[in-house]
Amino acid sequence: MFKNVAELIELAETEEKSISQVMIDQEIEVTGRSREEIVNQMMRNLNVMKEAVERGITEKVRSVSGLTGGDAVLLQEYIKKGQFLSSETVLDAVSKAVATNEVNAAMGTICATPTAGSAGVVPGVLFGIANKLKPTDEQMVDYLFVAGAFGFVVANNASISGAAGGCQAEVGSATGMAAAALVELAGGTPSQSAEAMAIALKNMLGLVCDPVAGLVEVPCVKRNAIGASIAIVAADMALAGITSRIPCDEVIDAMYKIGQTMPEALRETAQGGLAATPTGRELEAKIFGLSLDKK
Amino acid sequence: MKYRTIFDIIGPVMIGPSSSHTAGAARIGRVSRTLFGQKPEMANIYFYGSFAKTYKGHGTDVAIVGGILDFDTSDIRITKSIEIAKQEGIKTYFHEEEAITDHPNTAKIVLQKGNDRLELVGISIGGGKIEIIELNGFQLRLSGNHPAILVVHNDRYGVIAGVSNILAKHEINIGHMEVSRKERGKEALMVIEVDQNVEGPLLTELEALANITKVTKIHD
Repeated sequence: MFKNVAELIELAETEEKSISQVMIDQEIEVTGRSREEIVNQMMRNLNVMKEAVERGITEKVRSVSGLTGGDAVLLQEYIKKGQFLSSETVLDAVSKAVATNEVNAAMGTICATPTAGSAGVVPGVLFGIANKLKPTDEQMVDYLFVAGAFGFVVANNASISGAAGGCQAEVGSATGMAAAALVELAGGTPSQSAEAMAIALKNMLGLVCDPVAGLVEVPCVKRNAIGASIAIVAADMALAGITSRIPCDEVIDAMYKIGQTMPEALRETAQGGLAATPTGRELEAKIFGLSLDKK
Repeated sequence: MKYRTIFDIIGPVMIGPSSSHTAGAARIGRVSRTLFGQKPEMANIYFYGSFAKTYKGHGTDVAIVGGILDFDTSDIRITKSIEIAKQEGIKTYFHEEEAITDHPNTAKIVLQKGNDRLELVGISIGGGKIEIIELNGFQLRLSGNHPAILVVHNDRYGVIAGVSNILAKHEINIGHMEVSRKERGKEALMVIEVDQNVEGPLLTELEALANITKVTKIHD
């Protein structure tokens, strides 16, 4: 059983397996379930992600609070005009990350990756890149196993909870997971996956969890959006042969320690950061004073 | 290792918006229903910490009631659960508590039907994972992620051995086990997390042992 990224890469290299295969084999060993059962469950999760993305990019969903919704559709319309500055792939991924988080905020069905608040990045990158790489269903499922393998290391050695480690632990982890998974999908090596994760997570370090009114909406939706763009660029950098001077496991450890020293006001309590701005407070008062009061 | 399977990371499939405040809450509710073993007439739900502050915005209230109705985290009926509970004749009451708890996301559920009463305290630890930390006044740690057998018994020598002998006979492996009691020699609770699902006849066999009051199970 791998305990860290270094062991995961070593297992993949010595056994000449992909990271997704290492992850599937470990799952078989730990749970005693069959390969078929495990792959089928992941396929079901993939379908949930696909449906959430489809809904978010076609329907102008609205959250219960009214704070978020409709931005994925705006981006899709913007892409169609062809006047964008970055690239179609990046923007498609961004819009699909936004779509997932908007559906989540509207109490729709999503798959947590690794949490609900950070559920946009991993599927956003996958479905955004699909037009370019044209992956098969099996390759898409493998992408999720790679993302899960890296997330598994972070969850067990650091944290994937905003209340414990800030947004860096949620969207930061998701961004690293997506970057690593995209490298394998694009034909990179296991160690390039680790480099991509390190590069992506380094750029998320210190990110606080400061949701307005304590809701998984502002700024969570847009952080998933930018997380998706970082994941793609980090994967490109790793595929170009760029390495991280700080090894992936040490970046994860740094993230954990930063989370431990983060003030409580910046860990999902809606007491600091954007939540504590005049507008953040105004929105909070409006939401809890009126529309959400069900009694 | 806090997280054991990849589906703790890529999963659960759930109704949004929060894995801790929505999916976790639904799971706590569902464990209470499973342990109660019947449809309650009344549910009192107490929220602490972050749950108390933000439950309306996160749908923690509808999620926990959805769980009490035995809905899965991905069941779309969760969004309408309070109405459904009313139609089914379940009275639901919510209480925002001021008390500081060890974990920021803590909920207490009290289910009642006639003279039957169950009181359970659960915490939501992130990514939809939960632990049950108190049941009818007993302290415990139950993840709800594995099949588990709960045995209410009298605090006497040999009772634990009797139970584990029967499990051994049926080739059921114990992954985690805890025993707690309110007072020496009085009522006690065994919580046994096992690797395989257990069937009804085994529970009847356990219940027939001396000094055992009640046996219930929770499935994966």
